[in-house]
Amino acid sequence: MTYSIVTEGLVKRFGDTVALDGIDLAVRTGSVFGLLGPNGAGKTTAVRILATLVRPDGGHAAVCGHDVVTHAHQVRQLTGLTGQYASVDETLTGLENLILIGRLTGQSRAESRARASNLLAAFRLADAGDRAAKTYSGGMRRRLDLAASLVTRPRVLYLDEPTTGLDPLSRNEMWDVVRGLTATGVTVLLTTQYLEEADQLASEIAVIDHGTVIATGTPEELKARTGALTLAVRPTRAADVPVVAAVVAAVTHAEPEVNGTTVTAPVSDERLMPAVVRRLDDEGVLVAELTLRGSSLDEVFLSLTGHRTEAERSVAA
Amino acid sequence: MSTASTAMDITVSDYPGGGGGGGGGGGGGERPLAGRVRPAEGLRQTFSLAWRTLVQIRHNPFELIDFSVQPVMFLLLFTYVFGGAIGGSPKAYLLFALPGIIVQNSLFTTLNTATGLSTDLKEGFFDRLRALPIARFAPLSGRILADLAKQTWAIALLLGIGAIMGFRFGPGTNQPLEALAAVGLVLVSTLSISWALVLVSMLAANPEKVQIFGFVVLFPLTFTSDAFVRTDSMPGWLQAWSKANPVSCIADAVRGLMVGGPVARPVAESLLWAAAFTAVFAPLAVRAFKRRA
Repeated sequence: MTYSIVTEGLVKRFGDTVALDGIDLAVRTGSVFGLLGPNGAGKTTAVRILATLVRPDGGHAAVCGHDVVTHAHQVRQLTGLTGQYASVDETLTGLENLILIGRLTGQSRAESRARASNLLAAFRLADAGDRAAKTYSGGMRRRLDLAASLVTRPRVLYLDEPTTGLDPLSRNEMWDVVRGLTATGVTVLLTTQYLEEADQLASEIAVIDHGTVIATGTPEELKARTGALTLAVRPTRAADVPVVAAVVAAVTHAEPEVNGTTVTAPVSDERLMPAVVRRLDDEGVLVAELTLRGSSLDEVFLSLTGHRTEAERSVAA
Repeated sequence: MSTASTAMDITVSDYPGGGGGGGGGGGGGERPLAGRVRPAEGLRQTFSLAWRTLVQIRHNPFELIDFSVQPVMFLLLFTYVFGGAIGGSPKAYLLFALPGIIVQNSLFTTLNTATGLSTDLKEGFFDRLRALPIARFAPLSGRILADLAKQTWAIALLLGIGAIMGFRFGPGTNQPLEALAAVGLVLVSTLSISWALVLVSMLAANPEKVQIFGFVVLFPLTFTSDAFVRTDSMPGWLQAWSKANPVSCIADAVRGLMVGGPVARPVAESLLWAAAFTAVFAPLAVRAFKRRA
């Protein structure tokens, strides 16, 4: 088993803020590794260190065995970066953007043009290749960003929140593209705020919060630990809430959360649902709402850390 | 799923060792990695990035107007509106003012360099470049080279239109050698000043702030020199400042080389200023650039 990305105790501070507080990661060669966490968790900082854009204040990071600080030039020859912070030149056309990167990295005029045309065709941008990037839709823009990061044929690709802000259709397209990439043997480090995205794409996930890794594992392991599903029960009468909470606790073996008259709890097995219905019926509780749905990142956080994500907390406050 | 298969097929064949020989490139499975950027590569990357700045003119012709019409407008307005009042006649004033307008225009072009860099930083294009295995200085040198090209074009335009309006090189000067020397001096001087602007662009939060700073500093600096008017009528304290003003030195030098008059002293002073600006601001700018870069 070989690892394309290895970090040990990575620390980064910005003034008084600790962005990364000792991150250890090991990303298998050829896999998609998901870095899952809320806004401000340190995902982007980790990617920027691995892309040699930021120097760590402590710890080590190596890509394909090359240290990102002492051998940055080697690392840059092996990596591609797509994300919120690495964009294209808006005033250039799609084709020109890709040719520019090819030329910068030593491709001949003809070679860079051929590579650019191939990539535009592969990402369904061939018709838009002669238009300025600023006229592109959000989905086209992301695809061009991704194409730009592939011009140099990287072995390791960083995708920093590749679908944030995209509509569901464009998001699904992006997912398909990422799945296609992995078939080429490229190692992908994906950051995301969406549990579903990590679940769909990654073979391994690290959940990070406040600059530390709070859980790692395959999507299945993680879901088994945190409850991939959330059970929500809302009784018709508010007076029944304590009874409902007791029933939910007994069936799920988890600490239920009461929000107004809604009782929620993480669940890892959908077969618990009939048991809940039966017990509530035995207790004579009238139910207004009873749902079993995929857990949000926030709910995963709650079960992993006992606190909600920052965004959720500030909304609640 | 059709997206996945097309994307996959083509990228697979384009990957080294992944199948067919699409674009070629490395060839075998393992590419040898370079230890550093060779100087010749850094130079070529500078040209590629200069191309990137200049090719934008093709998409946005307004930019051409921006750096062509503005100097011509200054030339026409100053010569025909103020010329008679300041220099006795528009034609006499043209001889005095054209060198000054050349200097003023080149100076204002450095603002372009700064706002361009600042925009790249803000929009994230800089990060894209910095993540590539290219010379660290290339984004900076590429931008500066492109703006030097724009300046040279504007100078040629000013001299051409000036000639139509009646501007002639001085009879005592050794043309066209001295005119070329004057252009060279302008480029060297503005290059040295652009280091200060690069520093500003690295420290300012956005291009708008760079623009404001540029105008607050460059505008008064240019207008308190003898680029447009003789300093005799200025109050004493302003005269003193104007004599020391680097813009005056450069304008005097260009005037001397193109029209006639003292050359050695203003040229030496201009070069000294250029050396001083470079010595102070180049290290600061490079340090700030490296910190952001």
